[in-house]
Amino acid sequence: MSGRSGVAAATGAEAFSAELPAGRPTGWWGMVMFVATEATLFACLLGSYFYLRFQYGPQWPPPGIEEPTLLKPLVMTAILVPSSLPVIWAEHGIRRGQRWRLRCGMAATLVMGTSFLALQATEYDEKLHMFTMTTNAYGSLFYVITGFHGLHVLVGLTMISWLLAASLRGGGFGPRRHERVRNVAIYWHFVDVVWVGILFTIYLSPRL
Amino acid sequence: MSTTSTPSAGVGREDLERLAAHWEERPSLRAWLSTVDHKKIGRRYLVTAGFFFVLAGLSALVMRTQLGRPESGLVAPQEYNQLFSMHGTAMVFLFATPMLFGFGNFLVPLMIGSRDMAFPRLNAFGYWVFLFAGLFMWASLPFGAAPNNGWFGYVPLSDEQNNPGLHMDVYALGLLFLGISTTSGAINFIVTALKLRAPGMSLNRVPLFVWAIVATAFMVVFALPALNADNAMLFLDRRFGTHFFDPSHGGNVLLWQHLFWIFGHPDVYIIVMPALGIVSAVLPAFTRRGVVGYVLVVLAIVSISIISFGVWVHHMFATGLPQLSFSFFSAASTIITIPSGVQIFAWLATMLLGRLVLRVPLLFVIGFIVTFVLGGFTGAMFAVTAFDQQTTDTYFVVAHFHYVLIGGAVFPMLAGVYYWLPKITGRMYHEGLARWAFWLFFTGMHVTFFPMHLYGLFGMPRRVYTYPNIAGWAGWNLVSTIGSYLLALGVLLTIVGVVHTLRRGRPAPPDPWGGDTLEWSTASPPEPYNFPVLPRVHSLHPTWDARTAESTGPGASADRVLSGGRRTLLTSELDARQERAVAMPESTLKPLALAGALLLGFTALLLAWYPVAVVAALAVAATLAVWLWPPRLPEQEEVGP
Repeated sequence: MSGRSGVAAATGAEAFSAELPAGRPTGWWGMVMFVATEATLFACLLGSYFYLRFQYGPQWPPPGIEEPTLLKPLVMTAILVPSSLPVIWAEHGIRRGQRWRLRCGMAATLVMGTSFLALQATEYDEKLHMFTMTTNAYGSLFYVITGFHGLHVLVGLTMISWLLAASLRGGGFGPRRHERVRNVAIYWHFVDVVWVGILFTIYLSPRL
Repeated sequence: MSTTSTPSAGVGREDLERLAAHWEERPSLRAWLSTVDHKKIGRRYLVTAGFFFVLAGLSALVMRTQLGRPESGLVAPQEYNQLFSMHGTAMVFLFATPMLFGFGNFLVPLMIGSRDMAFPRLNAFGYWVFLFAGLFMWASLPFGAAPNNGWFGYVPLSDEQNNPGLHMDVYALGLLFLGISTTSGAINFIVTALKLRAPGMSLNRVPLFVWAIVATAFMVVFALPALNADNAMLFLDRRFGTHFFDPSHGGNVLLWQHLFWIFGHPDVYIIVMPALGIVSAVLPAFTRRGVVGYVLVVLAIVSISIISFGVWVHHMFATGLPQLSFSFFSAASTIITIPSGVQIFAWLATMLLGRLVLRVPLLFVIGFIVTFVLGGFTGAMFAVTAFDQQTTDTYFVVAHFHYVLIGGAVFPMLAGVYYWLPKITGRMYHEGLARWAFWLFFTGMHVTFFPMHLYGLFGMPRRVYTYPNIAGWAGWNLVSTIGSYLLALGVLLTIVGVVHTLRRGRPAPPDPWGGDTLEWSTASPPEPYNFPVLPRVHSLHPTWDARTAESTGPGASADRVLSGGRRTLLTSELDARQERAVAMPESTLKPLALAGALLLGFTALLLAWYPVAVVAALAVAATLAVWLWPPRLPEQEEVGP
């Protein structure tokens, strides 16, 4: 920086790095708004599920399709929902400058999310013998809603792998530089919370 | 009062040189394709949306020519269906919203005293997606494959059995593609207005136009997903055999209408609200006083944006839903007229209490009030279920929504075009041409659409390509057709006026009108960095307030110059306290590349080249990964994203 007084002292790189970030950054608001619009999309899909169900008649799922079993989805829930914990742990770690915690946390979440997707694949394998998305409206709802969520898990996992790769390549995450970590964390928490809504709608509500 | 952008004592020549070096782009093809400047992107939105407006208007002229006399054979029924579908779809999705986004893009950063939008690269990306999605949809027309089922795409008319071919695939995919642009633009507006306001611009000092844009952006965030879900399901039904809308396999056709109108009714306000914001921005300059009842108008804007989500069933009064549900939606539709009325009365009071300066922008505002109020009357009539069931699907409805949309959106937009033309181009428009354009447009509009009330009440249905020679229909239809040509002439004169301004207009001063918002404190056109010193705001009318001018004059605080790179200030969300400076991104080709990859993907989906679609999806992911890769900065030089 030039050695001028006044303006330069307040606008130079030194001035930026001297102060700790105050207030919520733009990226935080951007991600929150993105998640809000995505959540509304899921709300529309789940709303469509209930709309079609209540228009359909007393027996739901329709004749020929068994009620969904609970064991596997509950195991999937037990894997996916706690996968937010390593993310929180990693985020708190990087705020203190502990990069190892960021790396370990992201790796743990990556493993848990991938196991969730693997379980979902076996679930599809079973269900596809019973019905497909072209069998009837129930099949369409089941595969499109769970599939759309699975796609979101995949996107989240891509973001986490990206973060892990960037942090291993020395992407420079640190106490004052973790906005991206926080944005990925928000997205991942969102994917988890939506799953709870899907668990209730697809797997629990037919039993009510 | 009106300040200029000549270097003030608070900012030295050296600072100005450094600002110019960081923000200016030398003209070249690469610079043209890679710019992230909100002013250039805003201008592009305006021009592109104007282009789609002309295309959609030409479709309407062909239709009006066809309907000018009974049993005319100018266009075939299938062509007519495509014409009215593209007319509606383009006017709503490719013209109205993008045009207002264009105003918002150009003006919001200037009005709130910032150097750019919160996410400039996302902004550029949004524009490219809008352009590509618009071309994607229009390109289907020459192939005879354009949407042919109205702008609302009702099933079962749009399902695969009843509507084979690509028509409705173009519709579903085109709107999904365009939705990416609208959503990213809306999020950008929200974050920009929350975080980038000049120090001191607390929520009670935010210009009404910015309030309107932000309320609109929130509506987009919560309404557009319903349309996206609808179109995704329609595409899956048509192409991959799902049964969401198929009653023979447990689906339901009304699901489409519910989701469509959960989006569609708020969308009416998504179109009208920012236009009303333009009215609130134009009035102070031509009445010489602030809009009466600022707080009430803000409350009206916010309450409209909430109530608009509770009125969608009034589009479905004729679908055989349970009668009980009608009372709720009928009541909500009646209630929403109250905040709309509050705004109208605020503007009337402003004009009564102010000193009117009858320039062209004010003429368009008066034209807006006359037309919009008439459209509002017929709207309140529809809230009466019995009346609605009599007139639904007749030309009475066509008359109503053209009064609302041309009155509520196009008149204010034209007011905005003339009001900000000096700021955008740096030149003054030709007053005589502009007055001719106004009177032709105003007369043409009423001659075209007023008779539609009549032949609507005489029972003429919408969406028919021709009609028998029935007494009362033929004559009034001819009047409408003549009116439509006057209307088109008004639009043509506006275009001529804009071209004349660019070629011959005399140079505009920074503030030709005595406007009250911050954009008038910059040069015309504004410098690439907008403000040499980011202003400090002390009141609702910053350029009428000497303290704001002082804040950028001699003794300006050095921490609002920020000439050490592309930088702007973040402030707190509610009271706009200064938080920190952030670095803004440089020009980049990545937004164009990402939009191009998406265009490839949507085209491949349309033409069923699924392997290509997979490749395009991978290209999207790769571009995003590169885009978001953190820059290598030493830890101590971090300045934010």
